[in-house]
This record gives sequence, C-alpha cells and structure tokens, in this order.
Amino acid sequence: MDRLVFLLSSGLARGAVLALFALSLVIVWRSARVVNFAQAAMAITAVYAAFAITAASGSYWLGLLGALAAGALLGALVERGPLRFVRGDDPLSGMIIAIGLVMVLQAGLAMAFGPEHRPMRAPFPERPLMIGEIPVLSPYEVFVLIVAAAVMCALALLFGKTPLGLKLRAAAFAPETSRLLGVRVPRMVTIGWMLSVATAALAALLLVPTELGLNPHAADLLFVDAFAVAVVGGLDSPVGALAAGLIIGILDSLVTGYATAAAAPLAVLVLLTGVLLVRPRGLFAAADRRTG
Amino acid sequence: MHAPLKRTATLAAVAALAATALAACSTPDAEGVPGVAEKTVTVGTHQPLTGPAAAGYASISAATAAYFKYLNDNGGIHGRTIEYIVKDDGYNPANTQTVVRQLVAEDKVFALLNGLGTPTHSTVLDYLQQQDVPDLFVASGSSTWNQPGKYPNTFGFNADYVTEGAALAKYAVEQKPDARVCVLGQDDDFGEGILQGVQSVVGPGGVTDAQTYSTSNEDVTAQIGAMKAAGCEVNVLGTINGFTALAIGTAAQLEWFPKWHVSSSGGDYPTLTGYLGAEVAPALLQGMVSANYLPFSPGGEWAELFTKINDQYNGGAPFTGNTVYGMSVGYLFAEALAAAGQDPTRDSLVAAVTSGKLVGNGIVPLSFGADDHAAFRGVGITLVDKGIQDYEGTTYNVADGVVTSVQPTPVPLANGGLPGR
Amino acid sequence: MNAPTARILRRAAVIALLAIAATFALDPFRNYQLAVAAACFAAVAGLSVLVGLTGQLSLGHAVLMAAGGYGYAITASAVAEALPGAPALAFLTGLLGAAVVAGALGLLLGLAAARLTGPYLAGLTLALVIALPSAANVIPALSGDQGRAAPFFAVPDGLASLIVVEQWHAWLAIAVAAVAVTPLVILRRGRGGLRMRAALGDETGARLAGVDPGRVKAGAFAMSALSAGLGGAVLALATQSVSPGAYGLGFSLLLVVAAVVGGLGSIGGAALGSALVVVLPWLVDTFAGTLPADLGRRLNGNLAVLLFGAVVIAVTAAAPGGLARLLGRLPRPASPRAATPTTEPHEPAQNPER
Repeated sequence: MDRLVFLLSSGLARGAVLALFALSLVIVWRSARVVNFAQAAMAITAVYAAFAITAASGSYWLGLLGALAAGALLGALVERGPLRFVRGDDPLSGMIIAIGLVMVLQAGLAMAFGPEHRPMRAPFPERPLMIGEIPVLSPYEVFVLIVAAAVMCALALLFGKTPLGLKLRAAAFAPETSRLLGVRVPRMVTIGWMLSVATAALAALLLVPTELGLNPHAADLLFVDAFAVAVVGGLDSPVGALAAGLIIGILDSLVTGYATAAAAPLAVLVLLTGVLLVRPRGLFAAADRRTG
Repeated sequence: MHAPLKRTATLAAVAALAATALAACSTPDAEGVPGVAEKTVTVGTHQPLTGPAAAGYASISAATAAYFKYLNDNGGIHGRTIEYIVKDDGYNPANTQTVVRQLVAEDKVFALLNGLGTPTHSTVLDYLQQQDVPDLFVASGSSTWNQPGKYPNTFGFNADYVTEGAALAKYAVEQKPDARVCVLGQDDDFGEGILQGVQSVVGPGGVTDAQTYSTSNEDVTAQIGAMKAAGCEVNVLGTINGFTALAIGTAAQLEWFPKWHVSSSGGDYPTLTGYLGAEVAPALLQGMVSANYLPFSPGGEWAELFTKINDQYNGGAPFTGNTVYGMSVGYLFAEALAAAGQDPTRDSLVAAVTSGKLVGNGIVPLSFGADDHAAFRGVGITLVDKGIQDYEGTTYNVADGVVTSVQPTPVPLANGGLPGR
Repeated sequence: MNAPTARILRRAAVIALLAIAATFALDPFRNYQLAVAAACFAAVAGLSVLVGLTGQLSLGHAVLMAAGGYGYAITASAVAEALPGAPALAFLTGLLGAAVVAGALGLLLGLAAARLTGPYLAGLTLALVIALPSAANVIPALSGDQGRAAPFFAVPDGLASLIVVEQWHAWLAIAVAAVAVTPLVILRRGRGGLRMRAALGDETGARLAGVDPGRVKAGAFAMSALSAGLGGAVLALATQSVSPGAYGLGFSLLLVVAAVVGGLGSIGGAALGSALVVVLPWLVDTFAGTLPADLGRRLNGNLAVLLFGAVVIAVTAAAPGGLARLLGRLPRPASPRAATPTTEPHEPAQNPER
C-alpha cells in the first residue's frame, strides 16, 4: 500500500509535466495543423538559454523567464522561417520539415556545447514530505504541479475568455471566414507557435532537474511520451492532454515499480495501440467526423 | 522503352569490361604485416565520442592517446611510434560495424585496441576473427571476450562484472553478516553479471530486492522507492556513473542513506562529483564502497605520472578514473607490443599476451594466458572518505564463484612508465 | 505476364547486373558500404512508395528492418546449425524468415494504419521505434541489447580466388534488394498504384469507385514492410548481427531523410537517397579527421546529422520531388503529391492478372 501511494504520487508529478508538454503539441496542432516533431529539440534549445542565464545571473527565476522568451522567439522564427514553405494541401511536408529541424538543432547543440550532461538545480528541495511513514510529494513536485495547473488555467482563460483567444480559435478553425472578418490569420498562427513552444520550454525546464542533467537529448523521451499522450487524448483536445498525461505518467510509474523499467515503453505502446484502434482520433476527439 | 533498354545493355557491357580491368581492387591479396611500417605502428579503436554514452566515456580514448603521445616523444617501442586512430561510433552497434571495417580495410590497422561497450563490440567479434585482427583489451566487463576457443584473438580489460559483483557482496557480508543486500542493475549483461556475482555470495534467495533500469529512462524513483520499501541495507549497483549519481541522489531525496557498493564502471568519485555537483557530492558519497584494479590512488607513483602526462599531453583535462583507465590501457598495449618483438606480427602480438608474461600496472596480477583471455580475476575494495577515494586494503580473488581474500600486488613504476627499455 | 511487367523485370535484371559488375571496381570497404546502401535502398524504396503514393508517414521503418533482421538471423542460424553443409539453404530460409516476420508485423501495423490519419500513424510508429529496445529486453528470443548473431556466409569455393567476402556479400545484397524492390515497381505502375493514388487523392471518391481505402492502405503498408524486412535481412547478412541499438530513432529518421531527399514515390530517388545516407557520414568523418582534434571531435558524428537536417528542410521547402526531379528523371506531375516516374498512361483494365 505504501508503495502504491509512493508510485502514484511520483507518477502524478511526471504526468503533470507530460500533460503540459502534450498541451503544447495540442496548441500548435490547433493553430497550425502541424505536429511539431521538433518540439523537444526547440524546447531544449530554450532550456540551454535558461541554463546560460541562470549560470550568469545566479537566479533560477530569470532563467525561467529566459526559457519562456527563448521558446516564444524560437517558435516565431521557425514558423516565419522554414514552415512558411509548407503547402496547405500537404500535411506531410510540415512533419518532414520538423524532422529536419530536430536534426539541425540537436546536432548544433551538441557541436556548440558538447555531449556533457550539465547538472541543473531545482529551485526547491526535492525531499518528499512525509504523511506518516509514506513519502509523498516533494516541495519541487508540488511546485511542478502548481506551475502546470496555473499554466493550463491561464491558457484555458486565454483561449476561452479573451478577444485574442477568440481570434486564435477562429483563425485555426475557419481561416477563410476569419480573414474576411479582419482577423490577421498569419499573425494568429505565429502567436500559436510562440505560445506552444514557450509552454514546451517550460515543461522541459521543469523536467531537467529531476533527470541526469541538461544535454541535447534530454527531452527526447518526454516528447515521445507526450506525443503518445496527445494522441491518446486527441490532438484537438486540451482536456484530453491533461487526462491522458496523468494516465500515462501514472502507468509509467506503476509499470516501472511493479514490473521492470524496460517494460514501460512497451506499456505505452500497448495503450496507444489499444486507444487508437478503438478511437482512431483519441479518447477526447470531437464528434465532427461525418465522412469517416 | 526498348531503346533505353538497349542503351543500358551497352552501358552494362562497357561497365563490365571496365570492371574486369579493375578487378584487382577487391580480390584477395597478400602483403606485409598490416599497420606496421618502418617507423610506425597503427592501431585503432571505436569509442562513443557522441551520443548518450559520450558523457561518461569520451575521455578514455583521449587519455590513451595522451599516453601514446608521451610514449612517442620518448622514442616509442622498438623505434616505432604508435598511431592511435579513434573512431566515433556513438555507442550505436551499426556505426561500430562501419567504423571497425573502415579501420581494418581502409586504415589497415595492426590491431584493435580497447573497443568500448558490450552491445557495440560484440557485433564485430566475428568480423575481427575472420580478418584475423588482434582484438586487445576490450573496454567492458562482459565474459563474452573470454572465449579463447571461439575468439582466440580477443582479450578483455575490465575485471568482469560477475567478479566485481561477488567481491562487492563479499565485502558487504564481511562487514555485516546479516545485512539485507539488494541490487540495482542496468537491464543488460552488466546488471545481470553483477546480480549473478552477488547471488554467488549470498545465494539466489539472499538478495532482498533486485531492480533494473534502462538507460533510455532517466528516472529511477520507482526503483529506489521499491528498494527502500523492501528495507535494503546494502545496495550493490551495476550502474554506469550517471545512474549511480541518479540512484544516490534520488535516495537522498527520499531521506534514505543506505550503504552503496558500486561497480568500478560506475563508482568513479571525480566523475560522480561532476554529476552531483561539488557542493553536495562529498556528503552524499561519504563511505561509498567501490571496486577497482588500477593504480589510481592519489599520491601514488602511477597517479603522479599519469597526472603529469595528462597535464602535458591532454591539455590538463579533468583527472578522473577514466584518465587512469585510458592510460593504463595504453601502457599495457605498449608492454605487449614491446614483448611482440623487434618486428611484430599479429601472431607475435597475440602470443605476447597469451604468454602470461605481461605485468601491466594493476593491483592484482594479470591473468592472461593461453586458456584465459580475461585481464583481472580479482579486485580491490575502495572507499570514499572526506572527499578522497582510495583502496581500503581488502583485496579479493574470485575463482569459480569462490571469493578469497588475497594480498594486493601493486606493480612498481619503472622507466617512467615506458615499457621495452 | 504482360508486356510492361516483363519490361520492368528485364530492366531490373540489367540494373542488378550492372551493379554487380560495379563491385569489381570497389575495394572491400566500399563493397561493404554498397551492401549497406543496398539494404537501405530496399527499406527506403518501400517507405518512399508508401509515403509518396498513400500519404502514410511511417517513422518506424527501422523497426520493420529490425524485424526482418531478427527473422533472418533466427531462421538462418537455426538452419545453419542443423545443416552445416548447406549455406545456400540457410540463407534462403533466412530470407523467408525475414519476409514472414516483417510482413506479419507490417500487416498488423497496416491494419492499424488503415484506421489512422497522418499524425496519429506517425505517433504510433514513433512509439514503436522507442519500444524496440524494451521489446528486445522483454522477449527472450531477441537476446536483449546485445542482439543476435547471424551466421557468416563465406565466399563459395568456386569464387574464393576471385573475390573477397565483402564483394560476395555485396552481390547477395544487390540480388536481394532487386528481389525486394522490383515487386514495388510492378505494383506501383499497375492497378495497385492506381488504387493507392485514388485512396490518397479522395477517399470518398475512391469508395464510390469500389476501392476500399482501408484495404489499400493496409496492403501498401504490408508490401512496404516486406521490402524493409528484406533490407534488414541484407544488413544482418553484411554485419552478421542484429541488435536494437542499430535500429534506433536516429536510423529511422535517416530512412525518412533518404526517401524525402531522393523524392517521395520515386524508386530511383530512393537509390540516390540511400547512397547519400551511407556515404555522407563517411565523407564528413574523413573531413573531420583532417581538422584539429578538438574541433574534429565536436564535428564528428554531429556535422553529418546537421547537414542531413538542413538538406531535408531545403528539399521539402524548395524542391519537393527531391533529387529524382532535380536530375530530370521525373516530369513534373499534375498534382504535387502524385510523384511518379512513369509517364505512360496506366492500363489497369488490360492487366489480365489480378
């Protein structure tokens, strides 16, 4: 029982990071109809910026702001740069350009900074709080949960309650009509990218202190898991990303704890296959398909 | 469509003719000893200079190369300098295949030296055997390298994982006979070997909890949590340096401070400090037990020589266990090459190793012989105390699953670490 | 057999013979590279046809190659052990094993793929690649990280004085690649290709015309997997081993790179792309060797990846159609997606078979 509680709570924190990263994939899919395979590489590039800022200034919080800014900047650059060549009728080319970006960014980072793992400190202690004899969440994990929840609420408010959010949604769902109504669709797409990559950079920044250290591949597994999360939840569904993130985070933790570490990716694959076979567009897909 | 076909057919005929003229290119040929020239001996290796394993191991080949530069500046071996070609395989077996073929077929190396990694190197064993290339001092503790009947040219360098696991467990039960011993191992032959060694000492049922991790997942919270819940007192780790740091760091986060007994492949104090950070490492690693077989003792004559070489020929790179390891490999190869005679051949090089006359610089005797292609059959126990890692004095020999206490037999430094003088 | 099919077969035989003749001009290491390129060619051709004609992006073709490699290694080892005197039999049954394992996995994936649209399929295949090392550790027959050894086939006695083993393996590799790729060419220019393009172009229209897009997609995936699996068998033949580390995400992406750079849907482009992914890293490595040690170490292994990434972006953005189109082998097709090298009108109705 102790073990179950422990595994559940450590899975919860990982699930929150997963959900946040998956949410970033949902944002970019909704605004640009592109699955950004370069999300991990872009996020890690932003984390390198944060690392440099923290090292220079000594402040974690300046680094965090730096990661958000660098993420947004990268998002804008990529969207205004190579992705402007994506032809609208061809969903493949966006994915392929993103794959090219992964190679460029990761190889570039490795050439610039070397393959070393750079240790990053968490801003809060990582010792878990005890409830009775059972270790539950550490202050850092609580911080991760709070940040993740806050960002999700903020994004929900932005998309649901503000004029900008309305324009963003309109530009994504009905670009032609929006243009007629005076919405600057290209600018909305760029803003979507900026929001998305900044969110991804934040998720990666939250993850790195719990792992071995910062390196060009630090977010690779996060991306794969988060992509599985986004697909399971439905690429169009922020709620799906949240729910599936928690499910997969906890599944990962339970399988590693009760079976072996090697089985965790297999478990994710099985879950992904199962969900897609039953619901080809994810658990929380909107019922908008008439032609099949 | 028929016209182009005719054209291709003509083209084919011409190409075939031209090809026959060039047929010498890929036909079997006989020549002198590959890699041995009048003034040089060329050897090669495959190492992870990029990719996930680079962080832990890229410094080994740099240290070996630095030792060879030192040796070459002092006259080399029998008047020949050693050219050391280091190829990056990114710890990917497919790349290992390619770069080893490149070394053998294009660079025509005399021997392969210290190829790193079990999954990587095991894929080229057959090829090296077919090409009759000496395959010396593989950088891995797998028992795969010790198959004199099947692979007469292949020799390991590390003490094998089973030996280390047995020694670390023996030390644990000697310190506290009823200790609850657990194992955390990598999910490959490394972790399995360590577990097997531990079981040979405490019995198959004597391991309280055995957990594994996969290098692709840098989160061992679940495993450490399980071991804590099982009430482990001594954790034997079959982990690479990064995951040793991760395991100890994660346990500390859980306010758990058991005994750590770590394999030599993951128990290097300076490297672990790099991962954990200089502020917390001395406290977290205080009392850490590890195994070793090389003369790394701070202040020892070998360590002083290697430090000097490291400063002069390796740009003063951080001095770690990898530095000692890489230079010791270079020294042992130089010794073997010197023993292979004035005009070495591949056969005489292998004969020099199997002769059993190589001494090396280990703290236990080299066990190479006609029937034994493992380098070390024993290890010494090391301890970390106040930020300094050194031999504790206990040394074990492991033969046929039986662990016996022996006296260490350190090799004195002679001739400035230049063999063949 | 109808005339176009016979033409394709004749052409394939000529090209294969030409390639075999070329092996005489290469040294052993180049011949090894040629064998690896032939292995990649089989996989990339399958992938290129799949993506170019049906629009299904698979990031998991490395796993299909691995499946073929494991199938080959397990079967060929078993036969070679039971009948040590019959290497040809061991090799052929090994190929059969590769085709069965890869084809079965491909069919399973294809059935799933038939229900999925682009990004969902890409996600599923991506998860598959990541799960390969786990599968190797969990399934005992795959022997964990070390992988399995495949039997070594020496040069037959009659040829031993003429060629070395690398060249012999290159011959086998070329022959297998020809056997793997030719059916793809035939399929693509026949009724199957028409169906694939129909399913890609307009699913509803295809359905009205009596074509079941799901079955077409599943079939295309299985065909593509067969070709990739034979490629994996070739790689296992040349390297005498199969291990999960050799078929990671990096390699899978490289296959996509080769298909894109060569030109999606183009078989000739697949050959060029495969040659590029084999030769470029080697060129960069040679170049890095001439630089100062520290700089060389930084560039080594990374520079090739960076160049591949840049080329992929450039090709996709500026020259869709890839090398095949740039070299003028391809006329510009009416639709940007339906890149096909054949210019003749398709004659499905006159095809007496199937």
